[in-house]
Amino acid sequence: MVKRALPSREELFEILESVKDPEVPVLSVVELGIVRDAVAGESGVVVTITPTYSGCPAMHEIELEIRRAFAAEAIGPVEIRTTYSPAWTTDWISDAAREKLEAYGIAPPGPADSSELIPLRRRTATVRCPYCKSHDTQQRSVFGSTACKSIWFCNKCRQPFEEFKAI
Amino acid sequence: MSDSSSFQYLLRLGDDRLVLGHRLSEWCGHGPILEEDIALANIALDLIGEAALLLKLAGQLEGKGRNEDALSFFRDSIDYRNALLVELPIGDFAFTIVRQLFFSTFSLLQMGALERSSNGDLAGIASKAVKEARYHVRHSAQWVVTLGDGTEESHARAQRAVDDLWRYTGELFMADAIDTDAAASGLGVDPSAFADQWRAQVGEVLHTAKLTIPPAAYMQRGGRDGRHTEHLGHMLAEMQIVARSHPGATW
Repeated sequence: MVKRALPSREELFEILESVKDPEVPVLSVVELGIVRDAVAGESGVVVTITPTYSGCPAMHEIELEIRRAFAAEAIGPVEIRTTYSPAWTTDWISDAAREKLEAYGIAPPGPADSSELIPLRRRTATVRCPYCKSHDTQQRSVFGSTACKSIWFCNKCRQPFEEFKAI
Repeated sequence: MSDSSSFQYLLRLGDDRLVLGHRLSEWCGHGPILEEDIALANIALDLIGEAALLLKLAGQLEGKGRNEDALSFFRDSIDYRNALLVELPIGDFAFTIVRQLFFSTFSLLQMGALERSSNGDLAGIASKAVKEARYHVRHSAQWVVTLGDGTEESHARAQRAVDDLWRYTGELFMADAIDTDAAASGLGVDPSAFADQWRAQVGEVLHTAKLTIPPAAYMQRGGRDGRHTEHLGHMLAEMQIVARSHPGATW
């Protein structure tokens, strides 16, 4: 923090807003709820992040991007701390971010899962097709191209699409 | 509770997930259908991610400077503490899926209890793993019902998998001094506490799937003490060779 007065929390978040999720490039790591906090002190900036899934391979890339974003503004040194509690949930994704997701072609997540232990029955809630907005859709697989998405198919416009799955 | 006892407890948690995650990854490119190939790889990724966090914490509790990579790639099978269930070769798809049902149901109960661990890091890891395990249980339960209540062939294979795997399920719930110490200190939980719940939940799925639980018989054990089947050594040889051939390599 040699060059100027300590940046405010708002300024730090403004910079963090420029860091996009590598798998969902329409959303920033702030909108996704991955960034939990950012504080500037005499010894530098501390950014606290939480992973979406335990094995999310994008976390390393996200850390690098956060460092790059601050380096570009000549702010540093940056320390990145990872927290696991409270566990990340899709409920943290804002309504505005959900609209961006849908416009990008990914159905936004529904409410986070219940605690039902053995959910043998297939879920009955339908997911709206992000392309034609039909509810006549079916889940093809709970597991999709990344840990955070499931695969669906729209019976109306005959398009496969992804859903950001609720956790 | 001593640091070494906490370390051993964390190794059990981490090794179960590392070994099963690696086994599942063997399906990558070999799944029966594309969606299933992706699903098994996703579950493998969750398990290996959980293992990395648990083994990192194990290394911190041990305090000898070993991180998750050192613990994964530079221990021999005799020092692994996973249950025998997770190290068995993948078998056919029915075998893999029935094992997933057995382990995921166990993991959901275990991680659910560990959300209340006195160790904040472990509680946090557990609260994340619970969410993942819920998806894993649902996935395997649906498949077990599909296979068990399916064709003559799929039913026979699923029943054979249940018969072959059942004798490895007892070890998951056997508690020794390391478990009871961990439970007493608040770090961990005694797995025998949720054995009945596990049996009820797995039993319900098997019943729905028209599969039967084999009669009570001798339960295999040894993994928690480092006495493994021959299969683990072969698996580790493949898993560890790159890290051991090129120590410290990064990419």
